[in-house]
Amino acid sequence: MALTILMAPAIRANRLISLSPADLLIIVIYFATVLGIGFYLRRYAKTSKDFFLAGREMSAWVAGLSFLSANLGALELMGWAAAAYQYGILAAHFYWIAAFPSMVFLGLVMMPFYYISKTHSVPGYLRLRYGEATRALSGISFAFMTVLMSGINMYAMAIVMKVVLGWNIHFSIWVSSLTVAAYVTLGGLFSAIFNEVLQFFLIWLGVLVVPILGLMEAGGWSGLVVKIHQRVHSNDYVHLWSTLGTFSGNPMGVHWTGIVFGLGGVIAFGYWTTDFLVVQRAMAAKDLRSAKLAPIIAAYFKMVVPLIVILPGLLALGLLPFRLVPESAVRPGLHSYNEVLPLMLARYAGPGLLGLGVTALIAGFMSGMAGNVSAFATVWTYDIYQPYIRKSESDAHYVRVGRWCTILGVILSIATAYFVTQFKSIMDYMQALVSFFIAPLFGTVILGMIWRRATPKAGFWGLLAGTVSSIAMYALVKANPAYLAVIALSPDAKDMAENLYRALWSWIICVLVTVIVSLFTTPKPVEELTGLVYGYTKFPDDGGLPLYKRPVFWGAGVAIFFIILQWVFW
Amino acid sequence: MLPVWFFIGVLLTIYGVIILVTALGELSHPPEVVLAQYHPALFAGILLLLIGGFYTFWFWPGRRKKQ
Repeated sequence: MALTILMAPAIRANRLISLSPADLLIIVIYFATVLGIGFYLRRYAKTSKDFFLAGREMSAWVAGLSFLSANLGALELMGWAAAAYQYGILAAHFYWIAAFPSMVFLGLVMMPFYYISKTHSVPGYLRLRYGEATRALSGISFAFMTVLMSGINMYAMAIVMKVVLGWNIHFSIWVSSLTVAAYVTLGGLFSAIFNEVLQFFLIWLGVLVVPILGLMEAGGWSGLVVKIHQRVHSNDYVHLWSTLGTFSGNPMGVHWTGIVFGLGGVIAFGYWTTDFLVVQRAMAAKDLRSAKLAPIIAAYFKMVVPLIVILPGLLALGLLPFRLVPESAVRPGLHSYNEVLPLMLARYAGPGLLGLGVTALIAGFMSGMAGNVSAFATVWTYDIYQPYIRKSESDAHYVRVGRWCTILGVILSIATAYFVTQFKSIMDYMQALVSFFIAPLFGTVILGMIWRRATPKAGFWGLLAGTVSSIAMYALVKANPAYLAVIALSPDAKDMAENLYRALWSWIICVLVTVIVSLFTTPKPVEELTGLVYGYTKFPDDGGLPLYKRPVFWGAGVAIFFIILQWVFW
Repeated sequence: MLPVWFFIGVLLTIYGVIILVTALGELSHPPEVVLAQYHPALFAGILLLLIGGFYTFWFWPGRRKKQ
C-alpha cells in the first residue's frame, strides 16, 4: 500500500501513511511507558539536587546517552535528513567535525571546572567566575532561547504528524507536550534522563530499517553513489572535503574555512560546551570521571548518527522516483525536503515496523523537548528566581518552583509553537538563535576558564557585544542581501554557510571585547579563582587508573574514529 | 531505584512480541513496501525480543543484588 502511495503521491495529498492497529498499539504503549516512568520516579525527586541534577548519581553510560538523546530532537532527525537530501554528505560535517573535537574538549578540559565548582548550571558558573551581571544576561538569554527552541521543535513535529499521519496539528502539539510536562514535572531530571535513554534506543531501532534496506536496494554504498550521480549529474553530494576549495563548488555554498573554524570551531564548541541543555546531563554524573566520560561516550554515538539521519537523506536522493522540493515550493502532490525520513520509513516499513518508526520520531521530539524544559526549569529557578525574586527559601520551596517552571516552560513552548507558524523558514530561524546566543557565550566561558586576567566587567561586555553584533549581522543581511558577500565572504554562500560565518564573527567580537575591556579593568583576586580557572584548580589525578578506564584514552579513540571517517568519505 | 535498563528491556520485549506476531501474520500476505520479500519485520521482531529479553533478564529487580 505504502509503495502505491509513494509512486503516486498526488492521490493522497492530505496523508502520507496509514497506521495499522499494531502501529497504534506501539505508540499507545510508548506514551503509557514514559508516563509510568514519571510516576515511578516521583518518589525519588524530593530535594532540589534530585529534581535539578538527578541526585548527581548517574553512571557515565546513562549520563552519556542522555547527553546525546537530549540533542536528538525531532528537528535534528528530520531536519538533517532533509539537509542531507539538499546538501549531500556535507551535512555529515555537523555530526563529525561538530562532534570531535568539541565533545572531547568538554569532557577532558571543561567538565572538571563545571563539576568541581559544584555549580547547578552554566550561568551559575558565570556568576562564580564573572559576577551577577554576566549570570543574569546569560540566564535570561538562555531561558529565552530554550523556550523558542522547544516551541520550534514542537511545531516541526506537529507539522510532520499532520503531513505524514493526517493528525490534527493542535492534537499533536497538546498531547505530546502535556505528556512531557507530566513526566518531567513528576520526576524532574531523573525522569527526563531515564526517558531520554529509553528514547535513544527507540530512535535507533525505529529508524535503522531505512539505512539497512536502503543500502540493499541501492546495491551498497558504491551503488548509491552511482544512482546519485545519475540523478543529479554531480559527484559533489558524496564527498566531504574535496569540493570545499571554493564556495561555488559544493551544494552548501561553503568554503572549508567555514566548516573548520565556523562549524568545528565556534558553533560546535559553543553548543556542546556551553549549552546547558546538554551540559546539565553530564553534570548529573555520579563522579568527576563519569562526568568526563559522558560527553566522550556521547561523541562515539554522535559520530554514527549519520547512519540513521544523513544516509536516509542520501538514499532518498538516489532512490525516490520523484524529486522533493523546498518547503516554500510545496504544492498538492509534491513533498518537501523535511518529509524525507517519514517518506523513507513508509517506503520500507510495513505494519508494526512503521509504528516503531513513528514512535522513534515522537521519541525524538519528546527527548528534545524534555531536555529544553528541564534545563529551562533549572536556569529559571537557580539563576533568575532564587537570586532576584525569593532569595532565602527552603529547599522544598525551590523544588516546587522547579515543578511549576516545568509547566510554565511547556506553556511558553506551546505559545512559541503557534508563534513560529508565521515564519517561512524554521530551520533558518533556529540556526540564527544558535549564532545569537551560543557562539558568543562560548567566547565568554572559555576565556574565563583559561585566562586568569579576564575581568567581571569584561565578561559582561564581551557577551553583550557578541550577542548584539550577531543579531545586527543577521538583521543587516535580511535588510540588504548584498551584505552576505561581506559577512559570509561570498555572494554564493547559502543560509547555512552564512550562519557558520556569523557565529565565527560574533565569537571573535566577544573575545576581542573581553580581552580589551580586561586590559583596562581590575581582575578578580587569585583566591576567588580557585576551582574556576586553569592553573588555579586542582584536578583529581587519573594516573592511578588502568589505561582503559581513563577518559583521555577514550577521547583518543574518538580522534582515531574521526580521522578514519574523514579519510573514507574525503 | 530500578535501573533504566530494566524499563528499556521490558518495553523492547513487548515491542518485539507485537512486531513478531504482526510479521508472522504477514508471511502469507506481505505488505506492499519495497523489499517486503526479505520480511524485515520478522528480523526486527526477533532482534527486539533478543535485546529486550537480555536487558529484562539481566536487570530484573533483585537479581543483581543476589549476585
